[in-house]
Amino acid sequence: MLNIIGKRKIFLGISVLLVIASIALVGIFGLKQGIDFVGGTLWQVKIEQEASIDDLRGFIKSDFDIQDFTITQEPTTQSFLLRLPETSEEVHNSYLEKLETEFGIIEELRFESIGPVIGQELRTNSIWAFILVLLTISLYVAFVFRKVSYPVSSWKYGIVTLLTLFHDALIPIGLTAYLGYAQGIEVGVNLVVAILVVIGFSVHDTIVVLDRTRENLRNQDRGQSFAELVNMSVNQTIARSINTSLTLIFILVAMYFMGPASLSYFILIILLGTLIGTYSSICVASSLIVAWQRE
Amino acid sequence: MQSKAFIYSIIIVLITILAGFFILPQGFDQRFEFQRWRLGLDLTGGSHLVYEVDLSKVKGVDQTIVLDGLRDVIEKRVNLFGVSEPQVYLSKSGDSQRLIVELAGVKDVKEAIKLIGLTPLLYFAEIKTSLEEGGEVQYVPTELTGRYISGAQLTFDQVTRSPQISLSFNKEGSKLFADVTGRNVGKPVAVFLDNNLITAPVVQEKITGGQAQITGQFSIQEAKELVGRFNAGALPAPINLINQQTIGASLGADSLQKTLYAGLVGTLILIAFMILYYKGFGFVASLALLVYMIITLAIFKLFGITLTLAGIAGFILSIGMAVDANILIFERTKEEIKKGISKTTAISEGFKRAWPSIRDSNVTTIITAVILYYFTSGFVQGFALALLIGVVISMFSAIIVTRSFLNTIIKDHA
Repeated sequence: MLNIIGKRKIFLGISVLLVIASIALVGIFGLKQGIDFVGGTLWQVKIEQEASIDDLRGFIKSDFDIQDFTITQEPTTQSFLLRLPETSEEVHNSYLEKLETEFGIIEELRFESIGPVIGQELRTNSIWAFILVLLTISLYVAFVFRKVSYPVSSWKYGIVTLLTLFHDALIPIGLTAYLGYAQGIEVGVNLVVAILVVIGFSVHDTIVVLDRTRENLRNQDRGQSFAELVNMSVNQTIARSINTSLTLIFILVAMYFMGPASLSYFILIILLGTLIGTYSSICVASSLIVAWQRE
Repeated sequence: MQSKAFIYSIIIVLITILAGFFILPQGFDQRFEFQRWRLGLDLTGGSHLVYEVDLSKVKGVDQTIVLDGLRDVIEKRVNLFGVSEPQVYLSKSGDSQRLIVELAGVKDVKEAIKLIGLTPLLYFAEIKTSLEEGGEVQYVPTELTGRYISGAQLTFDQVTRSPQISLSFNKEGSKLFADVTGRNVGKPVAVFLDNNLITAPVVQEKITGGQAQITGQFSIQEAKELVGRFNAGALPAPINLINQQTIGASLGADSLQKTLYAGLVGTLILIAFMILYYKGFGFVASLALLVYMIITLAIFKLFGITLTLAGIAGFILSIGMAVDANILIFERTKEEIKKGISKTTAISEGFKRAWPSIRDSNVTTIITAVILYYFTSGFVQGFALALLIGVVISMFSAIIVTRSFLNTIIKDHA
């Protein structure tokens, strides 16, 4: 039997560090908002002839007369992704003409332009969706643990579930802040969806572990301490916690490495969230409930 | 009990085989092509355009009539591009009215955008005077255009109660209209919108005063449509492109191929893991997973749900979650077997005891999917819907399908 509860100080320490680091990352780098939240243009073009990213950057700076843009190249292809301020259809056409004059044949793979009104709307809706998911899941967790049981009152299970839920959401957000700084990854509707999927998925693993604790409490042996009982419960459920996550991880890893580039970041966040969520439901949730009961 | 399980298994297998044929892509079997897959713009390539309708100058008239007329005009223009199933629809967001145009597989998006953005042009035309007998009727435009109309309304004849269209002209329009009708008593005067003939009533008498009625054998529906078109050509409701998403066809095809390939590889790894770890149980769970995948895709197709890249991603994620219920059941069954009870009892205990966990785990995902569906549009909505349908069907497949299969097989080996 693995002694997870015995090492609870280590696990809780790691988690506290990760959460603090994530908050610090968001504090330092901030979250870069994507075009779907603030408006802007995403333009993916494929240039037939050889052209370097620096050529393109220089040309845009001088001939489009804009300073506020980013440009990335998809590895091993001549496909470039430009992020520009919001661009009207006329301006878009004039840009395309300029590019064609300079670089020859251009294939437009994608052109997305979002006005600030729509951006504002998407942002408001995302925030509402986020709040509502947190609220409804909290209510559901409170409902699941509604029957009071000794020695830990039911609302504490609920609070512990919510704490691990925030833990699982905060760490991928921290990573996003860092990726925003390092690779220009932006926060948009995708991130919100990914985090919500992670929350929905990880909360149930936590429920499975805590639920087993409650079940075991009803047939508790004399002389078995609460910590021992929780540890036994974790060990009884560890195989299913890991296996249910593993099946999802197989799918996510395949999607990350072989799926389309446009989904890779979305998949990465869900993958990281699933890993963190599995860790937290095995090591953190049970450690928290024991630590709390000890006080 | 076990013969019942056998019958259930047979029914499930038959339904799955039928569903399997049903979900084949176009070109495999004519008999199953009564319904086609609907692929989203991000997979076929195309444009999603959102226009804001400026209704500030349209006051005192029923706005829905103006909007319907506008939609109608834009739809006619879009049809010129020979797009398969173009979508033009209105959507309200807070105080603002939106017109959404979806064009799949349009080669020249720029041209389409240009054409859609034009102000609708309505004009009156009279028959060319030097008309030869038997020749085709030719119309010559008059000076009278939509900007002289102050509005159109659906009214009913006081005597016959039949629907008619009431037009009112502004001051200049009244004069022009009097001239046109004066010249053409007993002859038809045609009305064109965007160069399409919409109606050609015969003038009964010269009309002064700027009020006219068009009567005829209209149904109420037809009359309403005409009113909408007159208003679209008359009332200034300019549209303004506020959101454009255009995906090139090659990018869409590439994304689709990569996603399906990744999904297939992920599923195979998952099946290999289930069989290696849970042996016979894992094999049954894999069969149930295949049933799940086929039935879910058949439901997508049957209800005409548009498959987008995000939707397919949601479905593939749900594959990873679908076996979770089986894992919970099998782990529980293993525990029961350790207690020394018979295998069949252990399985039935496993199902019974794992149920609360299965319910809880799916409820949280269902909550997330439902909220996402109602608060979002486009990309996310497709994802949420696919995830929702996937999770709900997976509960059915993990419990009913796995159980029927298991009970059938266990009996055979007993």
